[in-house]
Amino acid sequence: MITLVARPAPSRFWAWATPVLAVLATMIAGGVLFAILGKDPVEAIRVIFWDPLFGANAGYFRGQLFIKAGPLILIAAGLAVGFRAGIWNIGAEGQYIVGALCGASVALAAYPAESVLVFPAMVLAGALGGWAWGMIPALLKTRFGASEILVSLMLVYVAQNLLAWAAFGPLKNPQGFGFPGSRNLQQYPSAHNADLVAGSGIHWGVMAGFAALIGTYVLMSRHIAGFRIQIAGDAPKAARFAGVAPARLVAFCLGLSGALAGLAGMFEVAGPSGQITDSFGAGYGFTAIIVAFLGRLNPIGILLAGLLMALTYIGGDMAQLMLQLPAAAIQVFQGMLLFFLLGLDLLTNYTVKWGWARA
Amino acid sequence: MGMGAGMILGGIDLVALAAMLMVASTPILLAATGELIAEKAGVLNLGVEGMMIMGAIGGFAGAVLSGSPEVGFVTGAISGALMALLFGFLTQVLLSNQVATGLALTLFGLGLSALIGKGFEGVRPPATGKIDLGALADLPVLGPILFRHDWVVYFSIALVVAVWLFLHLSRSGLILRAVGENHEAAHALGYRVVAVRLGALAFGGAAAGLGGAYLSLVRVPQWTEGMTAGAGWIALAIVVFGSWRAERVLLGAYLFGGVTVLQLRLQAAGYAIPVQLLSMAPYVITIVALVIISARHRHGAQAAPAALGRIFHASR
Repeated sequence: MITLVARPAPSRFWAWATPVLAVLATMIAGGVLFAILGKDPVEAIRVIFWDPLFGANAGYFRGQLFIKAGPLILIAAGLAVGFRAGIWNIGAEGQYIVGALCGASVALAAYPAESVLVFPAMVLAGALGGWAWGMIPALLKTRFGASEILVSLMLVYVAQNLLAWAAFGPLKNPQGFGFPGSRNLQQYPSAHNADLVAGSGIHWGVMAGFAALIGTYVLMSRHIAGFRIQIAGDAPKAARFAGVAPARLVAFCLGLSGALAGLAGMFEVAGPSGQITDSFGAGYGFTAIIVAFLGRLNPIGILLAGLLMALTYIGGDMAQLMLQLPAAAIQVFQGMLLFFLLGLDLLTNYTVKWGWARA
Repeated sequence: MGMGAGMILGGIDLVALAAMLMVASTPILLAATGELIAEKAGVLNLGVEGMMIMGAIGGFAGAVLSGSPEVGFVTGAISGALMALLFGFLTQVLLSNQVATGLALTLFGLGLSALIGKGFEGVRPPATGKIDLGALADLPVLGPILFRHDWVVYFSIALVVAVWLFLHLSRSGLILRAVGENHEAAHALGYRVVAVRLGALAFGGAAAGLGGAYLSLVRVPQWTEGMTAGAGWIALAIVVFGSWRAERVLLGAYLFGGVTVLQLRLQAAGYAIPVQLLSMAPYVITIVALVIISARHRHGAQAAPAALGRIFHASR
């Protein structure tokens, strides 16, 4: 008989060991999945996790790593703050899309004027757009008590439809020969979010991701607001006695994570993606949730988790190309990773005892 | 407005609209009824979308491979239930966070269904026959609206009635509610909290899977990646909208089905409203409905089961 005994405090060792264990377990389970699909599991794991970093074309792929990790880290940094307070923004995908729409709209309105003010204005618009989209669930939560989980998620579908409408309608390239999609911002120097060092993959969005990690670290460990967020998550009743206003906390967390997701969308549309199309939303907002958890809601963890998830995207693309592994296999892989992490987290909060526990 | 083939209003045939309503509501009604039982037992399973999409592909594959839609509905329900038990194992045995695990279930289900569905794109499933209700089906107006559907439509309504009876009149229903209201007390009384919850989850998963299968076998009918398009999330919202009561869940699902059908008809009627903006309507209406119902409950008795979403760990 197995019994679980709650630890007096979460184990620090297991808090860091479980993500590593979860990754290993996912590789094994993923290998089994690949074998079922008729692929050599060792080969598949090597193509996904090893070749992009150390293989023949690693130089190119390392740049890609930052391109994919940038938005994931930027979004996850904001989400982690809310998750710590028990405020569940799961609509980052929608905030990401609206941020991109707002940023791109500013650029397309200014086109073809060249000015140093265009890009900062886009950054502002992107952040504001994401913030506003995040404030909808926040307001509905604080005013009416509507679940922020469901509202923020519903708003993803609203944003996706808004995106499709914009791509076919108001933001469509007038010189695009009738094809849907906006002008390509990569060809508009004032708006283009180019690599800061050509080929490095590090653009302003990646820098913003790093800045967000540092900012949230300072917030959570050095600032009274971080302390309030922490106790609101750990002990909601105690938080109320300590004078934490739940409404302000909800607005702060959803606004912050919305703004960061909006920024991520804006940097993406001005950089790697280049244009608004109806397929612009690539699921970064959802994958960032996995990144936040895998990184233990901690800045350094999120950095590592973001790079790892970016690696699965790049490796997944390679495996698709070289081994004809279906794209969905990587999605399954990412889902499994979260399962293993959540399941193994048991070891952080409980000790497992064999034999009968004394009553 | 004329009275020819049906009642036509603004280019929309009202009888055909009402007839489509029942079909459009069925997947969400099934999923919401299942989730109602899980939540009544105190478990918040946010993975409805993942269970539904697995039911959609599981049911589709089962029906295509066997040639029988009935087999498909069974395999769809089993697919959903297996997903729910995976969630149950993680949250009830490994005591993981229910919100995060539900999300993981959805992400995992969307991926796995896409993977399984690769070979089923562009395939037509075997047709699900309509039930012959004889003279009832020939009634003017009411006939086409109410009595010319397939068995799943009537089954979903019967399921709501059964769930209502179970929750209100049976002893097991009482135990289930006790577990959902106060798991410590239920445990102290000797009820097996984890077993009850696993059972409730499996039922919820089977119902969601059935709803998913209905989407891919009847409503659409074909398999496309991500075809649930938020239906599972809407089902979750309808449980809240229905204040955790079976009869109101039925009402909510039908209201929602009405909105969906109306916007589809408006798209078809060729109004000068962009299709994408009409497609937003179901989601916007869901938010509005959530807000209204949440605001009403703010100052009254809490409608949600008291132990909803809380982790149960029997320390002795």
